[in-house]
This record gives sequence, structure tokens and C-alpha cells, in this order.
Amino acid sequence: MAPAQPRVGLSDAALVSAIRSGKESAMAELYDRYSAVVYSVSLRVLGDTGAAEDVLQEVFLQLWRNPDWFDSSRGNLAPWLAVIARNRSIDVLRKRRPESAVEDVLLSVEPDMAGDADRAMAMTKVRSVLGGMPPAQRSALEMAYFEGLSHSEISAKTGEPLGTVKTRIRTGLLTLRKAFET
Amino acid sequence: MSGHEQFAENLALHALGSLEGEERLALEKHLQECASCRRELESLRGDLALLSLSTAGPKPPARSRERLMAALAREPRRGTTAPPRRSWWVLAPSLAAAALVLLAIFLMRQNSALRQQIAGMDYDAVAQQVELRRAREIVSTLTANDAMRVTLVAAKTPPQPQGKAIYVRDRSSLIFIASNMPAAPPEKAYELWLIPTSGAPIPAGVFRPDAHGSATVVNPPLPAGIEAKAFAITIEPEAGSTTPTMPVVMLGAGE
Repeated sequence: MAPAQPRVGLSDAALVSAIRSGKESAMAELYDRYSAVVYSVSLRVLGDTGAAEDVLQEVFLQLWRNPDWFDSSRGNLAPWLAVIARNRSIDVLRKRRPESAVEDVLLSVEPDMAGDADRAMAMTKVRSVLGGMPPAQRSALEMAYFEGLSHSEISAKTGEPLGTVKTRIRTGLLTLRKAFET
Repeated sequence: MSGHEQFAENLALHALGSLEGEERLALEKHLQECASCRRELESLRGDLALLSLSTAGPKPPARSRERLMAALAREPRRGTTAPPRRSWWVLAPSLAAAALVLLAIFLMRQNSALRQQIAGMDYDAVAQQVELRRAREIVSTLTANDAMRVTLVAAKTPPQPQGKAIYVRDRSSLIFIASNMPAAPPEKAYELWLIPTSGAPIPAGVFRPDAHGSATVVNPPLPAGIEAKAFAITIEPEAGSTTPTMPVVMLGAGE
């Protein structure tokens, strides 16, 4: 794998457009850009390299089959793929059929995550913010996102009131967002 | 959040996909009407995407890329110049219309052929019915109980028993009409015989005259194609015999 370096190629939107025309090279380019994002999230959720590879495969195949699911006017693919990969991994973890329609996953995020360098900087920042959170809040956030536990399940597991768990999750996310606001 | 605090926490749970039941329904209903909450939901998903970045580090093995590219090669092709799916669907109405026209022509031809066939059958059926009606009329006239049967003989001659046989060899068809016949003795009946040009007499029906001395035999079972040289009548047991019992009470030869 080549060392991380700023890419000066086609935009995500241009590559997705090429995918619509059946250009496999465009798909290979997108894979090279974002496979690590998809894989690392899946691996974190599933804790199994084989299962994470399966989700990686599935997510990119879905993108190939349904390029229109991604609204390229809303920025780059990285955050969208990360959320799709997390959702699908939770489905696999819970042995259930895909729950949410992929095309419904609209999101907006401040930092640009298109380049490897951008993502590396964002990663450092996110880890720093998480490190600064009260442990109970960070724990609630990670259980909800990476383990797919509901607020009721987290409440039962930690013995904390349901309302407290809900507040912790939301406050944790807003803290993360605030750290990237300029 | 502009006054939507009551949904704030549930929005975060919804972004995580863990909101269920009535709470989820209520929120989804509210989202349809509230643009600001929809934006907040998108931002919360963006926050979750940031959280994903904390996992960065592991990279997939090289085989995953090969596996994906191999899978893409197996997917149905699509291209810019002639997207197969699209072109097919564009042509679909024309193809369907052409198929319908061909089907219509085929059905019209078949319909016409069937009409001709039916017309032919109708004609045959009508002709047969006409023929049958005529035959029935003849037979019913010959055999009717209320038919007036008059035998004309020379003037001043007392009425004599008389029989008339009409035989068509090729059809093995025989009609026999008798008049002025005396009643048969008790437990006896008259039996008609076909006397062939060679061989033994063949039974041609058993009959008993009515009160007026009239009797009819129509198409008794006969072997096919027998050349008849005469017809005869004997008196036999009611059930009939296979060989005539003498004497012959009436006899007539063909002309």
C-alpha cells in the first residue's frame, strides 16, 4: 500500500458518474480511496477480519449497482461509506436483514474527508476529543455506535437511567461536532 | 434546534438506528414536516461519520480488491453508448406492439380458417339433417299406426293377404309391409326370410299383424351384401327360428 499522500485526481462525484457508465477503473479508484475507511469501521464493529472483508465487498458492490444512492452534491463519499459500513456491520452482528434503506442515509459533515491527509488529521482530532470526554459518555457513545446497543440496552448494562444515557449520547455527538466547527 | 428540544435526543437515537416503536413513528412524522430537524438528523449522521474515523488504521488485505474487481466483472455490463437495460426498455413498447400485430394476424387467419371449417361443417350438418328428415318421413309414413294402408286388387276379388318387401342389397336395408294378414296362432308369430341366390334362408325379422292385419318390418339385422332371389314367410315360435319351419305361407320372388 502506497503511503498516504494528497490525491490530485477526479472528484468523487466524477468517479461516481463514471461508475454509472460502467467504468470499472473508476470503481477501482474509489476502492483505493475509501476501502480502508469501510474496512476499519466494519472490523471495529465485527471484530473479525473475514466478516469485515465481506461487508467491505458488499458495500462497494452496492455502490457499483446503485451509484445513484449516493447524492454527490452532498460532499464526498467517505462519511457516507463510513455510516453505511457501520449500519451494515451492525446488521451482520445482530444477524438481521439490512434495516435502513441505504438511499435514505443523507448526512452532512463539516471537515472534508476526501483526501488521506484530511482524514488523518480528522482522525487525530476525533481521538483527541474522545479522549477528553468523561469515560461514561465516551463509553455510551461507543456502545451505541460500534456495538449497536439501544439506549435501553446500554441503560440495563450500565445501570444508569435511560434519560441519562440518551443525553450522554447526544451530548457526546455534539461535542464531536463542535470540535470541528471553525 | 429552534424549539424542537423534545425531539433532540430521539434524533440522535434515530441517527444511530436504535429508535423503535411509537417514538420512531412520531419522530418520522415530525421529520416529514420539519426541515430544521431533517437538517439536524443529517448533521448527527455526519457526527457519527466522524466517530467512525476514530477506528482508522487497519487496511483490508490486497485480496479484497481482487475479489471486488472479479465480482464486478461478473456483474451485468453497462456502458455509455448502449446501456443494455435502458435500450431494451426503450424498445419494449415497439417490440410488444409488433408482437401484438403478429399475434393479431395469426389469430385472424386462424379465425378465418375456423370460420370456413365451421361453415363447411354447418353445410354438411344441414344436408344430413335434410336427408335424415326425409328418411324419417318415409319410414314414419310406412310404419305409422294411423297410416291408412290400402291394397288395391282386381275388382270383385276378396281381400288377400299380401306382403311387400323392398330390399337394397348394398345397404343391407330391408323394409317389409304386410296387409290383410290373418292373426298368428297363439304363441306363434310370422317370420320373414330372405332367400339368397345360394345358401340357406336367412331370418329377416319376426312380426305379429295388428287388428287390421297390417304389419311392418324395418331394417332387420342382416349380413352384408347378400343377393336375394326371393322372400318368404313362415309361422314360427314367437321368439323366431334360425331355420324356416314348413310350410311357407307366403312367397315372393324379385323381378
